[in-house]
Amino acid sequence: MVEKFIIQNLDIWFGSIHALKNLNMQIYANEILSVIGPANSGKTTFLRMLNRLNELEVNFRRDGSVKLDDIEICKMNIELLRKKVGMVFALPLPLPLSIFDNVAYGARMHGIKNKNKLRQIVEDSLSRAYLWEEVKDRLKTSAFKLSGGQQQRLCIARTLAVNPDVILFDEPCSGLDPISTAKVEEAMLKLKKDYTIILVTNNVKQAARVGDRTAFFLNAELIEVGETGKIFTSPFDRRTDDYIRGKFG
Amino acid sequence: MRNPRRTEKIAFFFLFLATLLIVIPVGLIVVIIIQKGLPAINWQFLSDMPRQGMRSGGIFPAIVGTIYLVLGAIIFALPIGLLAAIYLSEYSKDNFLTRIIKLAIVNLAGVPSVVYGLFGLALFVVFFKFGASILSGALTLGIMILPIIITASREALESVPDSFREVSLSLGASKWQTIRHIVLPNAIPGILTGTILGLGRAAGETAPILFTVAAFYLPRLPKSIFDQVMALPYHLYVISTQVPNVDEKIRYGTALVLLALVLFMNLIAIIIRYQFRKRKKW
Repeated sequence: MVEKFIIQNLDIWFGSIHALKNLNMQIYANEILSVIGPANSGKTTFLRMLNRLNELEVNFRRDGSVKLDDIEICKMNIELLRKKVGMVFALPLPLPLSIFDNVAYGARMHGIKNKNKLRQIVEDSLSRAYLWEEVKDRLKTSAFKLSGGQQQRLCIARTLAVNPDVILFDEPCSGLDPISTAKVEEAMLKLKKDYTIILVTNNVKQAARVGDRTAFFLNAELIEVGETGKIFTSPFDRRTDDYIRGKFG
Repeated sequence: MRNPRRTEKIAFFFLFLATLLIVIPVGLIVVIIIQKGLPAINWQFLSDMPRQGMRSGGIFPAIVGTIYLVLGAIIFALPIGLLAAIYLSEYSKDNFLTRIIKLAIVNLAGVPSVVYGLFGLALFVVFFKFGASILSGALTLGIMILPIIITASREALESVPDSFREVSLSLGASKWQTIRHIVLPNAIPGILTGTILGLGRAAGETAPILFTVAAFYLPRLPKSIFDQVMALPYHLYVISTQVPNVDEKIRYGTALVLLALVLFMNLIAIIIRYQFRKRKKW
């Protein structure tokens, strides 16, 4: 397996809060890594570290090494890193633009102006997010007119449109009904052929359904990471077992 | 014995009375000015030069002068104010310099307008040798309305949700692209509202233009930005206090035109804000 991310001795602080403690792990290409853990366990910090979104916080500090394809991410051009590492947020967050412009936004920001090319990108991305059939006749309408589930798939399409290597999902189904959730999960499973996917979720069952491997975070520490089947049947650490069985969290 | 119901009724009565007292002067001002000024309003009054020592004729040059001054002030203040607001709300970190800048803006808003007039006289008229001119007056008015524009623009920029910024950045857009394509378009109505309020303020002030541009009596239109002009607020002052035997009708007519101009600008601000709130989708 090819290593996509290599994380070594990583610590993250927000002011005096130690948000991630001495993290060492690898993320492999074309896998779905599920990240589970209770609130405040550091899983979202972990996710936002991978595209350096944590740096928007004023009092953010970090120490250690994170490499993407063997290049230290802190030394990469930040726009290029974020183009390679896309993100889908917890709540569907369409930009206040039309459906078409939402999907085309990233590509436009990266300098693509040709109208035909943009149209092609928008159609491809919407198709891969399983939304094209539902919206192809109303691309010019506001993205806010879509339902919650459609908006979230629009956000996935928008991320796909900049052609990333890695996609980060930050609890992407927390605001969705079961049918929309199933559609998003289906999209993820199809996407892993071409992308590396990291899925932070509060839904342990979802982690079991889609993750190749699962990582369990607790109190800013990685407790364990391994094959999803193994984590869910015979975890190495007692606390993992307790969390999965719903004894706390 | 205290009766809580009666105490509440008394409190309610005084609160209501205080509120009503605010409405009365506004209403009276508008009613009196319309009543006394409306008979003077006709096409000749609006479009003709003043005649016979401003005792008859129209106020056309003063209207034109005020419009020039207001436009000049905006051309100067809007770009600077907007850029400063973008810097303050999007880029600046909370440090000593930023705090100094914010303090300066607050103080700029608190400076009495006559002090702006003296400042404009010293800096633009005398030091830069612009003379008493549209340029000097517009720059002075521009500095006066800068804090209004900066404050309104900052509020408008900061009201754009951070999640939009995060989404844009997460797609690999640069910070400037995010501001240019996401933040600014959504802040424009708020910025416009602030700008128009600034316009109204600039149109109505007398003191800042007193030493910097306003002409006592100049029955022709300006040819360049280095010419003096008449302006409505100063003209009103002149015909009310400096020129004897001006018909009351003309004084109130001038006041009515000025009032209408300012209220019209405020009305536009309100309409834009209303449209904005209706369109806002988050």
